[in-house]
Amino acid sequence: MLTAAAAAAATGVRVFTATSSQGLLYAMEMLYTVSGWRAPFVLVNVSRGLASPITLESDHNDLLAARDSGFLQIVCATGQEVLDSVLMAYRLGEDARVRLPVLVNLDGFTLSFTREPVELPTPEAVAQFLPAFDPENIRFRASKPVSQAVAVLGGGPYSYFRYEIHLAAEQALAVHAEVVQEFAQRFGRDYGVLECYRSDDAELVFFMIGAFATKAKDAVDRLREAGEKVGLVRPRLLRPYPAGAMRAALAGKRAIAVIDQNLSMGKGGVLHSELASVLYGDKRAPPIVASFIGGLGGRDISAEEFYEITATLKQAIASGETPPPRLLYTETELRQVRKLQAIAMVERNELGDKR
Amino acid sequence: MSDAIRRMKDLPSTHLLGTGTAMCAGCGGLITLHEIYDVLGTKTVFVNAAGCMTLLAVYPFTPFRGSWLYTAMASAPAGAQGVRDALDILIKKGRLAPEEDLTAVALTGDGAAYGMGLSATSAAIDRNLDFLYLCYDNEGYGNTGQQYSPATPHAAQTATSRGSRGYPGYKKDLFTIWAAHRPAYVATVIGAEPLDLAKKIEKAKALKGPRLILALAPCPPGWEFDPQDSIEIGRLAVKTGVWPLKEYVDGKVVHTHVPHPRLPVEKYLEKQGRFRHLFEPTRNEALLKEIQTAVDQYWAEIEHG
Repeated sequence: MLTAAAAAAATGVRVFTATSSQGLLYAMEMLYTVSGWRAPFVLVNVSRGLASPITLESDHNDLLAARDSGFLQIVCATGQEVLDSVLMAYRLGEDARVRLPVLVNLDGFTLSFTREPVELPTPEAVAQFLPAFDPENIRFRASKPVSQAVAVLGGGPYSYFRYEIHLAAEQALAVHAEVVQEFAQRFGRDYGVLECYRSDDAELVFFMIGAFATKAKDAVDRLREAGEKVGLVRPRLLRPYPAGAMRAALAGKRAIAVIDQNLSMGKGGVLHSELASVLYGDKRAPPIVASFIGGLGGRDISAEEFYEITATLKQAIASGETPPPRLLYTETELRQVRKLQAIAMVERNELGDKR
Repeated sequence: MSDAIRRMKDLPSTHLLGTGTAMCAGCGGLITLHEIYDVLGTKTVFVNAAGCMTLLAVYPFTPFRGSWLYTAMASAPAGAQGVRDALDILIKKGRLAPEEDLTAVALTGDGAAYGMGLSATSAAIDRNLDFLYLCYDNEGYGNTGQQYSPATPHAAQTATSRGSRGYPGYKKDLFTIWAAHRPAYVATVIGAEPLDLAKKIEKAKALKGPRLILALAPCPPGWEFDPQDSIEIGRLAVKTGVWPLKEYVDGKVVHTHVPHPRLPVEKYLEKQGRFRHLFEPTRNEALLKEIQTAVDQYWAEIEHG
């Protein structure tokens, strides 16, 4: 499916395709392959936890498995943002300075199985923002034969073409700024590389992606009412990585809680590692960058957990010590799993396997 | 005017595929590709899967005068689908002149055609994709040192079947698997029989829908023979009945050449190092007989129904 979509893009048409979770991983070989074709198209991924165990609800390990593929990545938090981002993604990927496929991410179940009002722009307005794409040299035709995606021998040419993809992805930062500005002018909705919610004067910041960030916003409001100087920074663009914007948005904060809805086995949260790598050595970087894992397989992150995270950050500021990474889990959840295990044991015994 | 190919002298005298490629000397797959390309012409885009022939187009060189797109081991038919669909859209919308149209040709070895790519192939036939699938079958993973594949014949020694009985499995019948999908056309060919090959390519070219050209590709390093014997071994594959030349069209299988009398399979096997263990240090009569019997049974069914 992904090969067909990319081959159509390489033949000179505008292409949209979509997948989810296991499908994205099934296509992983081709994600890496087709980004190098430099034929832009848009892929929507509906994030869902990965097997094993197989499950249905959202987390971001699928998206992050594709992190280094060469696809640009926009991560959305609402239905409106998904629609708007798909439109902007074409402008971003098709720009002559970029020419890369773009992955637009939305959370499975949370966004894919729920309904909310979305404002649909008119086709005329969209056509003005997004005119027909002239693929120029990206095409197959009889009179102008071309070889695309050919092999190279040796690390020299290989590195050259890989560097080209990286540099084009970096170029996408400047292009993104232009695209969101024009989008805001035409449609009145303003998207940055980050969404910063009540974070300007905040001392403590939740740092997370995706739909659960809307729950963090609600928690921020409640915590503010209780007098806590808390805010939210939600990256929308993961590739290219908006390092400068992140450093600026977090400069001078006292503590950050990175809430990863993903888990790199044996390491921890992926967003935490990435953020730490761009803050390290920055003079104005927050002294505390704590790691929390939550929301795996659609597990809820409750308001109480945002309060607990806030309390943990305040303790860390007081002690000056970064707390160890935490895997969010409640006693109630553990009791429920123990019940399931007890049932499984009873079933096994009744079937006569009394080992 | 009819430019139908009937005799050897009707074969194209201009050769379209460039020389100086990275293929091995005596490559049966490359011989076949030369012959096919001459008939098929340059209004083509070859959608390639990982295999020996991926090294035909190595930046910045290509022997093709037409177009090329490398995909990956398992997804060449999906790539052909994308190209075909996009060309159809462009022509329908008036953005591409009909004379600029191209034939999508999936080009893969047997590893992709018989194995990893079979799911994508089956799906493309289901969708009645208008494409040509060209498989050069050298009966193993040739460019990585001839490990066995689902196309390896019974008893052949490969890098991964080194025992005294060779490969214990049996060559998968890709022709019949394709025919069971009821596609537009399926044919077996071999470079050593260029007239039979050219007639089939010409026929396939005139049809629409999924079409397979399955070419046995004698492989000097993989099958262990002198490159100069490549054509002779191809001829023996036909004369011994090991490689039946046939086609499936309109729901019927027709043999385009019935070898008569058939030479003993030994004549084919003894020329190849991969079967040397059947003759040395002692003749393995049982295994030789098993191979001969399988070929005899195949032709008995063809000749006597």
